[in-house]
Amino acid sequence: MTFTRTLAMIAVAAICTFATRLAPFLLFNGKKPIPPIIRYLGETLPPAVIALLVVYCVKNVSWSAAPHGLPELLCIAVTALLHVWKRNNLLSIGVGTVLYMFLVQTVFL
Amino acid sequence: MKKAFRPAFAATIPVLCGYLFIGFAFGVMLRDAGFAPPWAFFASLTIYAGSGQYLLVSLLAAKASLFTVAVMTLLLNCRHIFYGLSFLETFHQMGRRKWYMIFSLTDETYSLLCSLQTPAGIDPAAMRFWIALLDHSYWIAGSVIGAVIGGVLPFNSTGIDFAMTALFTVIFVEQWKSTKCHIPAFLGLGAAALSLLLLGPDNFILPAMLAICVMLAALRSRFSGEVAK
Repeated sequence: MTFTRTLAMIAVAAICTFATRLAPFLLFNGKKPIPPIIRYLGETLPPAVIALLVVYCVKNVSWSAAPHGLPELLCIAVTALLHVWKRNNLLSIGVGTVLYMFLVQTVFL
Repeated sequence: MKKAFRPAFAATIPVLCGYLFIGFAFGVMLRDAGFAPPWAFFASLTIYAGSGQYLLVSLLAAKASLFTVAVMTLLLNCRHIFYGLSFLETFHQMGRRKWYMIFSLTDETYSLLCSLQTPAGIDPAAMRFWIALLDHSYWIAGSVIGAVIGGVLPFNSTGIDFAMTALFTVIFVEQWKSTKCHIPAFLGLGAAALSLLLLGPDNFILPAMLAICVMLAALRSRFSGEVAK
């Protein structure tokens, strides 16, 4: 593939990605007040979206085949419980990740 | 500005682990598709979207049309439209840095900014800017390293990308604790799980996002008082 073609494809992807991020700021540019429904969505969306992103992270887990997503669910539970208990970001994420690496490398091969 | 660097760096360490790894994976994929390391640098610098760049590798490999690239990228990144809604006022107050903040609003930066607590004496705008800049640099570094050294690693890194899942889980808990009304959280979880079940891993994000918005809008009168911060 030519240099120009590759450059063009990356540029198109970059422009389209930026467009999706820019859209809300162009629609609501700060000069006129933000409609209450949009403000409300801006406040209530984050917990829902974060929940969605957690699901997104496990989207490629095959639930029907062994180990049925057990390492993922177990480590998410450990991370969450540890965080409820100690409320230390690095500790929760560190322990969850190391446990997961250990499980997928040695236990659930 | 300088004072905000340390707390910002501390906040981004989970993203550092996650981005180095998924950026690395992108670099390796791009290299395997036959593209030299400068392309990994250029793509990560200008696009800066995890799943979007993974998709791009397959589009590049398939020599897809520019139109296909545009449509696929827009569809995949539609969720970003909703991210900005939470930062309309915050970013507008950041002057020229606003443009970079908008450009760099990835899933991970979004989630860090959502749960940001600025230590006393630190300028919140400066801390937000550092977080955005650091995350972007981790992403670029990861993808270039991946493109340069390929699949040769001194240790078994399988599963290290779980750092990203753990990060979202931690933020989920933080948000759970910071609000009394858990309906949005349940709604998000339920809509995402159901959508994944019905539509499969490649197409579930956008319908789930739309369903969440519609349901939140429908429930607005019922609990808009409860969730007001």
